[in-house]
Amino acid sequence: MTVLSDPETHTGELVMSLRGIDKNFGAVQALTAIDLDIYSGEVVALVGDNGAGKSTLVKILAGVHPQDGGTIMSGDKRVSINNPADSNGLGIATVYQDLALCDNLDVVANLFLGHELGRGTINEVEMEKRSWSLLRQLSARIPSVRIPVASLSGGQRQTVAIARSLIGEPRIVILDEPTAALGVAQTAEVLNLIERLRERGLGVVLISHNMADVQAVADRIVVLRLGRNNGEFKVADVSYEEIIAAITGASDNAVTRRAQARVDAADAAAAPAAAPATSPAGTASSEEERP
Amino acid sequence: MTTPTSTPSQPTPEGSPPPTETVRLAAVAADLQDERLIQPHGLGGTLRAFGKRVRSGDIGSLPVVIGLIVIWVAFSLLNPNFLSSTNLVNLTLQCAAVGTISIGIVLVLLLGEIDLSVGSVSGLAAAILAVSFVNLDWPLPVSLLAALLAGVVVGLLYGFLYTRFGVPSFVITLAGLLGFLGLQLWVLGSTGSINIPFDSWIVQFAQQTFLPDWLSYVLVVLTALAYAGQLFLTANRRTAAGLSAVPVTSIIVRSVFLLLVLGVPTWYLNQTRGVGAMFLLFLILVVVMNFFLTRTRWGRSVYAVGGNVEAARRSGINVTRIYVTVFVLCSTFAALGGILAAGRLAAANQGSGGGDTNLNAIAAAVIGGASLFGGRGSAFSALLGILVIQSISSGLTLLNLDSSIRYMITGAVLLLAVIVDSLSRRTRVSHGRA
Repeated sequence: MTVLSDPETHTGELVMSLRGIDKNFGAVQALTAIDLDIYSGEVVALVGDNGAGKSTLVKILAGVHPQDGGTIMSGDKRVSINNPADSNGLGIATVYQDLALCDNLDVVANLFLGHELGRGTINEVEMEKRSWSLLRQLSARIPSVRIPVASLSGGQRQTVAIARSLIGEPRIVILDEPTAALGVAQTAEVLNLIERLRERGLGVVLISHNMADVQAVADRIVVLRLGRNNGEFKVADVSYEEIIAAITGASDNAVTRRAQARVDAADAAAAPAAAPATSPAGTASSEEERP
Repeated sequence: MTTPTSTPSQPTPEGSPPPTETVRLAAVAADLQDERLIQPHGLGGTLRAFGKRVRSGDIGSLPVVIGLIVIWVAFSLLNPNFLSSTNLVNLTLQCAAVGTISIGIVLVLLLGEIDLSVGSVSGLAAAILAVSFVNLDWPLPVSLLAALLAGVVVGLLYGFLYTRFGVPSFVITLAGLLGFLGLQLWVLGSTGSINIPFDSWIVQFAQQTFLPDWLSYVLVVLTALAYAGQLFLTANRRTAAGLSAVPVTSIIVRSVFLLLVLGVPTWYLNQTRGVGAMFLLFLILVVVMNFFLTRTRWGRSVYAVGGNVEAARRSGINVTRIYVTVFVLCSTFAALGGILAAGRLAAANQGSGGGDTNLNAIAAAVIGGASLFGGRGSAFSALLGILVIQSISSGLTLLNLDSSIRYMITGAVLLLAVIVDSLSRRTRVSHGRA
């Protein structure tokens, strides 16, 4: 089932490569021998069920937890990520699920938080100018950058959080569940944003539970299951069912059983429909006709 | 923003390209291009925009200014002496010491923390000053430095306890309230009260030093000019960067307004003794802290930590450093306030920094608009708040009302201020301005 992608098919260069990453929290082996490659100009989706180890892997990359074993290669250099500063230094920007914005500050202040421009005093004019140019590049629709972030919609806040990750000119952007709390239109905007990150040549790691989003923007899907690699697919040549099977670990699982049950029910409904007497299908259709 | 290079003199056979979006946008500043943006036009528009902001809970210092006017009108009706120049000069001098303490309170409130021990720390500083200067015959500057240093050490201790053990600042400083009151009594020794000589520099400064009339006017004009110049420079830089800028007329109106707000009270105070040096020091401290809060990375970090600690931490701000510096500044301002109070009283005693000093300082910050929930407020909160508190105190004293009544009324005003804070916070949340 595991279809490891052929490195030759990647258009971008390998910017980061994780090999045999182990991590345990006390008695729990959260990650076992995880491999992950991140290429520039490519969106790799990290999928898996709850507890599969996605967030743990991301936290290792973000410098929240150091790994217990395995190697991280940045280009051809072996590196260690012990804290968030190391992660930033390697050009990794992480957009957390809770966005981590300061509601009381305006968009400009949030974009440059911790990286304010200017010597001694803050250069607000230059920061505002660059904020606009950055937001324009992302085709982001923010009406004003001088309003508190609290007054923005969920999608706009997500945009600000993603735009902020680009301030330090990163090579890799990690997005943790960027569409989880968004509406249909806002989700589409964020997906557009992710495609623009790819066009800019960034390596994008997308964590999502939403297979529709993953299939819409990702180039490659890495499946984790119970802390282990459980398949790597090119989005172009994998079906929804195959991904689900890899996530749940079997072709016989709750999702397929449910799908099968629906098919069976439809078959059962179709079969007696041929009979002239009171058919379940007939009842169903008469119910549908009710206003 | 680039403009298309096509010129109208060379029409293409297909017809010249229609004026593109870029051309239209180039004329509009980069920050005003979104069509959803509501832009105020003219003076009426500016006023309407202000009204809208107030209704959505972004009230800033409006309630306190209105409150101050109400208080002044009420007291001047009850006792015409209230608005006399003599009384207002006294009022400014009374403001300086507790107001200085209140600046520190504003800082800790910006982080969403509290310091309940500022009264005790100010008393401790007063005691150290008096004992070292009078009893130990230290030179005055050394005594002053020792008193300020006590504030720094207390702040470092709070910062260490807070960042290392995560004890709530409420509890740490409640312990400090008792502990440093004890230390103050111990430093003062058995006499319990030490007079500072009247001819000493600190007492002269606090009681007798007033600005000459000409100097006060020069300072007022210079301040207004500096304000106008700074607005003008910012406007120029924004225009150069392709952003919208404040129009020149607006800059002139604002500067003239500031000139009047500063000039008229100065003129009125100059009818009698004039502007006290101690009050000027307080004003300078407020302006300097405002500069650091709004223009430096440190100030931005303070607001960020007060708004969302975790976001601040993840964006690489050294949160521990921010907490420690703010606690140190708060205690140091408390110590400085204690020194000023001792200078004004020409003594340090067991009651220094006691009584209502603590709560007046905290009430002033809250009344002035610093939110108890963190992340909101400005250095000017201390100035406005202390004016309200001291006006009430001075007015009630003029009415020969007992301190029992004074406490009750001050308490009621504080309660009102906190209610306004909570209500405006709720309104801000519902209007998306939290």
